[in-house]
Amino acid sequence: MEKEALIAQLKTIVQPYIQDEEAFNNLSENTDFVKDLKINSANLVDVILDLEEVFDILIENADMEKMLSVKAAMDIVNEKLAAK
Amino acid sequence: MKHRVVITGMGVVAPNGVGLVQFTNAIKNGISGISFHQNLKDLDFSCCIGGVPLVSEEKKLQYFTPLQLRGFNSSGILYGCMAGIDAWKDAGLSFSSESKLDYDSGTIFGTGTSGVEKFREAIYKIDNKEVKRLGSTVVLQTMTSGVSAFLGGMLGLGNQVSTNSSACTTGTEAIILGFDRIQMGKAKRMLVGSCSDDGPYIWGGFDAMRVMTYKHNDSPQEGSRPMSHSASGFVPGSGAGAFILESLESALERKANIYAEVLGGALNSGGQREGGSMTAPNEEAVVRCIKEAIRSAGIPPDAIDTINGHLTATSKDGLEIKNWTKALDRKGINFPYINSLKGMVGHCLTAAGSIESVATVLQLKEQFIFPNINCEEVHPEILSLISEEKIPKKLLKTKVTIAAKASFGFGDVNGCVILKKYSP
Repeated sequence: MEKEALIAQLKTIVQPYIQDEEAFNNLSENTDFVKDLKINSANLVDVILDLEEVFDILIENADMEKMLSVKAAMDIVNEKLAAK
Repeated sequence: MKHRVVITGMGVVAPNGVGLVQFTNAIKNGISGISFHQNLKDLDFSCCIGGVPLVSEEKKLQYFTPLQLRGFNSSGILYGCMAGIDAWKDAGLSFSSESKLDYDSGTIFGTGTSGVEKFREAIYKIDNKEVKRLGSTVVLQTMTSGVSAFLGGMLGLGNQVSTNSSACTTGTEAIILGFDRIQMGKAKRMLVGSCSDDGPYIWGGFDAMRVMTYKHNDSPQEGSRPMSHSASGFVPGSGAGAFILESLESALERKANIYAEVLGGALNSGGQREGGSMTAPNEEAVVRCIKEAIRSAGIPPDAIDTINGHLTATSKDGLEIKNWTKALDRKGINFPYINSLKGMVGHCLTAAGSIESVATVLQLKEQFIFPNINCEEVHPEILSLISEEKIPKKLLKTKVTIAAKASFGFGDVNGCVILKKYSP
């Protein structure tokens, strides 16, 4: 999936959980979910559920642990989409 | 030295009024909050009526963030947080998500079960092998201490933050637990109260026990009939009541509005002995609890102007009145005024003690006794013990200085609190 489009979609998915508006507005590949967006770590599982739903993919526990930044999320989503 | 404890804020979410203004108006005018519920009918309940507070989606957003409301399905936590935050604001205390942690303020906020609807959702998912899809919200909404956990975070409470549970005594118990804590100097302020979920999954067990009335599905507002000759079982209710209890020193220092003083209280159990059982009270223990509350308040039994009873509209109402006459050694015309809020809101279960205590404190603050509704014909057993004029059926404007409030619950547990109009 094209990078810009994917970032835009990720942005919509994480929006309900973010607690730092400024970091959200400047969201880029390098943005960290917890450190930058201040997403409560408990909500990361909700982000993943939403990702699964939107992209119709299944994210395993091992992938989940890695998914702490926009970059990591993009890599995993692309990988899963390619394997479909 | 024991600290004096006063009430400086209140909040209420009741079937007949959400917020103090609406609720005060409702109880003065004998307005019922009981209605017919089609979902109960569809599920073949015998009792298809109940008391549910009306809370709009817009109203929810005044208390919760959109994120908190994602996947939110716990009516008890909703009502509890609304009442708790209202009480906090009513006491003139401020808060925001960035407010400073306050180690002098805590909460004891009771409930029976938490988020039963949420729990149901979760069980269906789990049984369908979808445990991974539960998301993060199940634990927070179904743990019994969910309500105190939510409130503690919203208000930045740094003292004790916990949930008590003692069936229908829960709300009254929370007041006494908070009172004890402040009296002993362990906290300056305690947010105390209780809440209850509503709906079929909470009420079903009671319907199965045949303790709820099935005779008023066509006349919901006449269904709950405490002390009445034609009482035929209780009507289920729900909601929440909340108080800010505060040491008198702290209240005066803040120049806070004082609703009333908590003079004393007592908690005990009949141990399911001597006539007591899981569902019926040991009479001796009830009498002892009331007497102990009066003793701890340091007042003579004659000083009590009014009683807000437990009085659920089952066959046990007469027994409760008998226990009060024994505990106070007062009967006939010498008995205090007595009323039951359950005629208007039903039996709000774990929320009952706190919602009814809010009504009791309003009576002290505004000098009135709210009417007993649906009690046109008082039960003869009760009339053999106390004069009918002590059971007001219309709003009574009269001097009220000291009120007693008691709640009794399954497990043979009792709680009684003594409240006084504040005077320095």
